[in-house]
Amino acid sequence: MDPFYPVQLVADFVTYGLFNLGRTSLLGSALDFFIYDSIKILILLLVIIFLVSYLRTFISPERTRKFLTKKFTIFGNILAALFGIITPFCSCSAVPLFIGFVESGVPLGVTFSYLISAPMVNEVAVILLFGLFGLWVALLYAFSGVTIAVLVGFIMGKMHLEPLVEDYVFKIKAGSLLEEQKPTAKERASRAYLYTLDLIKKVYPYVLLGVGIGALIHGYAPSDILTKIAGRGNVLAVPLAVLVGVPLYSNSAGTIPIVQALISKGLPLGTALSFMMSITALSFPEMVILRKVLKPKLLGIYISILAIGIVFTGYLFNIIL
Amino acid sequence: MKIQVLGSGCANCKRLYELTTEIVRESRLEASVDYITDVSKIIELGIMQSPVLTVNGKPVMTGFVPNKEKIKDLIFKELN
Repeated sequence: MDPFYPVQLVADFVTYGLFNLGRTSLLGSALDFFIYDSIKILILLLVIIFLVSYLRTFISPERTRKFLTKKFTIFGNILAALFGIITPFCSCSAVPLFIGFVESGVPLGVTFSYLISAPMVNEVAVILLFGLFGLWVALLYAFSGVTIAVLVGFIMGKMHLEPLVEDYVFKIKAGSLLEEQKPTAKERASRAYLYTLDLIKKVYPYVLLGVGIGALIHGYAPSDILTKIAGRGNVLAVPLAVLVGVPLYSNSAGTIPIVQALISKGLPLGTALSFMMSITALSFPEMVILRKVLKPKLLGIYISILAIGIVFTGYLFNIIL
Repeated sequence: MKIQVLGSGCANCKRLYELTTEIVRESRLEASVDYITDVSKIIELGIMQSPVLTVNGKPVMTGFVPNKEKIKDLIFKELN
């Protein structure tokens, strides 16, 4: 049974009862979609972000770093990509994270695995995919995100690119936190609660906007236009979607509802997922930030390999799904 | 008392800095609030997340911006 059935009842009641819109009208179906999706996503976000941020109080990046130091095999990349899923990642932390990792002896390739996985595969993205497309798609996204992070990091590690890191990075002396405080369960919960509030405040307006646009497309956009432009027949659709995603900067929250509407109107899932990955992991603002620690050539290599990985994943999904 | 907000200059750390100066002003604290955007200072503290709030050199909060009351709590806890 759909656990969100009560939400559907509320949406139906407001749309067809309070506003008395026709059950077959476009406006009615758009409003119903809007109310249902925005409430459902809010509930999912509240519950899961709280749980993840509670869990997160046990695994700080500072502690993660200890696990990743001197891990030169591919297991280091796998571990880094997995840690990346649960650690919070705001793009403003990219530079301190990068320096902190490299400085304390985490191999460069392993650091990249973490840098890719952290913004791309996060709890918000996975919740939203789960809520809108089901468990299978959410897992597929998470799995392929982690795989891209592992492989891109591994390949870059093999290329020995250390000389292409900005020189000052190696000159900074990293300190170590004097004491690792052990917060009580209550403190953890309070921190998780505040974090959840902060994140929802930031993310939810985008969700509403996204769902709103989704509702409009859901109700009004002719469904065959997209299929013609960007459907399976168009071989260039995936790289195009990735290109379009680069200048856009949004958290995954804002993009997923749009992606949902696009999919419901005929955009293949693989193309849509590459679009999302490109927005979250390959965005222009993120690259500007990384430029502070990477020389242009290394930044170029990073972007190219990551873009190839994302495009490849898009094709793969379009073929197998 | 010396309060510092360290960050890479993103919207989050700016907000933390603004909230902190507000708190200091409103509670009439004898404290200086500095905003530091030199990332190496964060690393030197052994921290890898932005933003960071320190009171008298001791980091009291890292990684996100809680609400005003919580920041006030953290600062006052260090005072006593």
